[in-house]
Amino acid sequence: MSFSTALAHHFLPETILALGVLALILIGAWRGTRAFGLVNELAAGLLGLAILALFFGQTSEASLFEGAFVDDAFARFVKVLTLVGSLVTVLMSRDYLQRAKLGNFEFPVLVVLSTIGMLLLVSADNLIALYLGIELMSLALYVAAAFDRDDARASEAGLKYFVLGALSSGMLLYGASLLYGFSGTISFDGIAKAITGAPPLGVIFGLVFVLAGLAFKMSAAPFHMWTPDVYEGAPTPVTAFFASAPKMAAVAITTRIVFTAFPGIVGQWQQIVIFLAIASMLLGSFAAIGQTSIKRLMAYSSIGHMGFALVGLAAGNEAGVRGVAIYLAIYLVMTLGAFAAILQMRVEGRPVEKISDLSGLSRNNGTAAFFLAMLMFSLAGVPPLAGFFAKYYVLLAAVDAGLYPLAIIGVLASAISAFYYLRVVKVIYFDEPAPAFDQSPLSLRAVLAVSTVFLLGFWLYPAPVVEAATAAAKSLF
Amino acid sequence: MIQAIVFLPLIGFLIAGLFGRRIGARASELVTTTLLFIAAGFSWIVFFDVALGHGHASAPVLANWFTSGKLSVDWALRVDSLTAVMLVVVNTVSALVHFYSIGYMHEDPSRPRFFAYLSLFTFAMLSLVTADNLVQMFFGWEGVGLASYLLIGFWYQKPSANAAAIKAFVVNRVGDFGFALGIFLVFQLTQSLSFEQVFAAVPGIAGHKIHVFGADFDALTLATFLLFIGAMGKSAQFLLHTWLPDAMEGPTPVSALIHAATMVTAGVFMVARLSPIFEYAPDTLAFVTLIGAITAFFAATIGLVQNDIKRVIAYSTCSQLGYMFVAEGVGAYSLGVFHLFTHAFFKALLFLGAGSVIHAMHHEQDMRNMGGLWNKIPFTFAMMTIGTLALTGVGIPGTELGFAGFFSKDAIIEAAFAAGEHRSVAYLAFISTVVAAGLTSFYSWRLVFMTFFGKAKESHADARAAHGHDDHTHADAHAHGHDDHAHDDHGHGHHAPHESPIVMLIPLAVLAVGAVAAGAVFMGDFAGHGYDEFWKGALYTGHDNHILHAMHEIPHWVSYAATVMMILGFLGAFFVYQLAPGTAQKIAHAFPRLYRFLLNKWYFDELYDAIFVRPAFALGRLLWKGGDGRIIDGLGPDGIAARVVDGARLAVKLQTGYVYHYAFAMLIGVAAVVTWFVAGGLR
Repeated sequence: MSFSTALAHHFLPETILALGVLALILIGAWRGTRAFGLVNELAAGLLGLAILALFFGQTSEASLFEGAFVDDAFARFVKVLTLVGSLVTVLMSRDYLQRAKLGNFEFPVLVVLSTIGMLLLVSADNLIALYLGIELMSLALYVAAAFDRDDARASEAGLKYFVLGALSSGMLLYGASLLYGFSGTISFDGIAKAITGAPPLGVIFGLVFVLAGLAFKMSAAPFHMWTPDVYEGAPTPVTAFFASAPKMAAVAITTRIVFTAFPGIVGQWQQIVIFLAIASMLLGSFAAIGQTSIKRLMAYSSIGHMGFALVGLAAGNEAGVRGVAIYLAIYLVMTLGAFAAILQMRVEGRPVEKISDLSGLSRNNGTAAFFLAMLMFSLAGVPPLAGFFAKYYVLLAAVDAGLYPLAIIGVLASAISAFYYLRVVKVIYFDEPAPAFDQSPLSLRAVLAVSTVFLLGFWLYPAPVVEAATAAAKSLF
Repeated sequence: MIQAIVFLPLIGFLIAGLFGRRIGARASELVTTTLLFIAAGFSWIVFFDVALGHGHASAPVLANWFTSGKLSVDWALRVDSLTAVMLVVVNTVSALVHFYSIGYMHEDPSRPRFFAYLSLFTFAMLSLVTADNLVQMFFGWEGVGLASYLLIGFWYQKPSANAAAIKAFVVNRVGDFGFALGIFLVFQLTQSLSFEQVFAAVPGIAGHKIHVFGADFDALTLATFLLFIGAMGKSAQFLLHTWLPDAMEGPTPVSALIHAATMVTAGVFMVARLSPIFEYAPDTLAFVTLIGAITAFFAATIGLVQNDIKRVIAYSTCSQLGYMFVAEGVGAYSLGVFHLFTHAFFKALLFLGAGSVIHAMHHEQDMRNMGGLWNKIPFTFAMMTIGTLALTGVGIPGTELGFAGFFSKDAIIEAAFAAGEHRSVAYLAFISTVVAAGLTSFYSWRLVFMTFFGKAKESHADARAAHGHDDHTHADAHAHGHDDHAHDDHGHGHHAPHESPIVMLIPLAVLAVGAVAAGAVFMGDFAGHGYDEFWKGALYTGHDNHILHAMHEIPHWVSYAATVMMILGFLGAFFVYQLAPGTAQKIAHAFPRLYRFLLNKWYFDELYDAIFVRPAFALGRLLWKGGDGRIIDGLGPDGIAARVVDGARLAVKLQTGYVYHYAFAMLIGVAAVVTWFVAGGLR
């Protein structure tokens, strides 16, 4: 297989985005401030094209760039999720940014750049590629967080995220250097071959630091601290992006690295993952109760959900990975739907983000109220909505792996978290109506409707998602 | 036909209960009442066929209820002479009470509910009397208890009515507990609960011992004793009687139907029905006699001083139930049932008459505020007088002339004396019933004198001031032709006593016929020469039980004793309340302790309050506040919720907003995990 055919077959989405984003920058430079609409549409087109390329592209497994890049079913599954997250973010952001006088062409460009980083990250097969993917993703995200640069909260959010992100990158690099030092290789496969039996303490250190760096990106406790502040401070479309696509990539690379680089020390990394999972689930459940801002609520919600995804990972087997993959897919739909609803929260032209602003939504806008209520039920994990099955698959894997305490804590955390999700439903349906929201653009309503229908209908026809997730999990073993 | 008798009231209940709001009050009344009259008509046909005619007893099985191991219980409708008697009593009184209630309740907004409950009660009572096994009987037993609870608390806005309903329910639970235990024991002894099989097995297990609580008991004595506890609760016998007077909080037709004629006699019926078992448990029968004797006397003494017209009759009911148990205790089951039969007529008559008085007095129940009513409501007065004559047992000894109570009550007194030859407790019963007969006469005539004679007190000063209609009082005083509408128009305008509408008077007349004639007509069948043809074996008497013959061979003075006491009672009341008004107060002042003792009903309520209610409340409060509130809620729901809130507060507090805090948290996290592994490595 020549280099060019390999590129065409296994690196096509990345190629499309990389070439496309250069064109977008040129268009933006050429047309200046008027370029936003066009660039936004083109970015959406690029992302859509990349998804099509994945759907109709290769189904074989291949390793490119001297083992730095791997294209397998797992990578493709997560890439589709990531691209969907980015695509929907771009579609949802246009109206909000234009109204907020933030209609600059850089935003779609940043999203696409970050997405390239995520795709590289998902496929990374050695430590250098891992680091490059993370940094490409994160650098674009730092800027995006502070995109509303005249707003103090957004600037603060961007700065905090950058400083802490730098710290986490440092940890990651320190861990990577330790791993290289003890195994003599940067390749995941090579590390797996080098580390067998009882590992030296240095390897454990490396493992801990690498996982800490990755946990930061997926905002798992106790590396989550930036999440609420950034979610609240950043413009809402940016928050929606933060909550969706990067999470996919971060969980995916964590899954890949523990299974391909550390299959010999499952017992060790399992303990770390269990720790992260429990801390995240509990924190996500407890801290969200005290929130009044829906964006902060979603921040803690995403922390909790990452904890659940890690429950599947902690199982340490193929069923667990399948659970993680399903969880990611359903979490993505729930998050995008929820942010589509949050983006609709606009009274007399100004965005609002308090939970109390949703009061009596059922009487002002029954359809949106129903959709949002269903989303909340799904986030809480109420059967037969999809959110229930997401939790079901990861908890099932954990129970099958004998991790009963973890599963029990998961169920309890889920019960506690139900409180704040259901409170939103109560506010929507039973409180005195707050001022009605403005008419919202079609894109937001469409995203909300489609995501809710997906969540409601998942139990009727789960096969496509479950089969793809099963294939993805198989490719890691 | 028997199916129709039992299920027509159920249909009425379902129609009035489920669709009462939709079809309206008038339709509910008509439907339930019509169905009840049909059922009553069928009941008389059955009575003439099975009891008086040559029809055979039968027990058609409707369906299997449940089968579990050896225990198999069917729904079956047993029809024999005893059931036929009860069917007649229940359905006749129930139909008349339904009819009467159309008039009595016509101002009440929730009539559909009332008639639905009445029909439900009737259905439950019918399933009780047609039961062919103990479980079905228990079903009816609990069903009437439920209906009684609902009807006592019918005016649920009144706290006193709710309290009375709860009291009735709880006191009956005590009895039902005994009944249930009795059923268990019977099943354990005979491996069956169907009457046929149980009765067949009883002679074989007579004398068996059962070992309970470290002592040996005669098995049948214990079983019948427990069953009788149930009867005591339902029939408001001594120690478990406290609920019955309070039950008068319910509407008066309810008191007539449930708390005089039918439900409270369920205990009497049960003992009669189970006579094949009780006959093998002489000790229990002695206990039955004793309880009956005490109740007959004790309730009569309280009746002497009560001032609420319904409570007087309620204590009278209690006392008469005591008579019935005395009869059954000495082995004269037929006399018990006979008294049940006659009592149903005259006591329902008295209650409905009292209802008519109350109606006339605009819901005044205190007799001290009545008086001089005889010429204002003459028809009611006449009916009440007939009821009183029947209750006190007026008749000429040695002849066949007398009111209903004369036959049944005097026969019981004679039977008690006759049984004294074998059992000394029966002499006690004899003395107690004879004394009670005098007391009964006294309080009954006291009621009549206080209500219908003396000075009219209905237009007392405050009523005058409140309504300012004193000039009209006499204009409407003789309005006994009033119909419903006329009453509606000025029902609450002024306090002129007025005769009740015709719809309330017809039932009084019908019952009066029964009160006059039921004794003379049926005495021979129930307890005389027609005994065997009438009962056809529905009641069982042991080989050496010759009480019905022995009672005819007693000294003559015994027969006259009751009549003499009755006359003395009448004279006493006549003297105290007619010839020398004010004597009552003088007597009360002369014996203040005795008066208060009787007025406060022997202090039973206070005693139970101290022994059971307050400790139960204290225990309940301890478990509620301490056990449930502090321990379960504290550690459970509330505690967890509080901890969750604490956790949320802590988590929010950690989120300070300072970057260095966040960085610190990350490093702590890493340090913690590394420490974990290092510590693990050292181990």
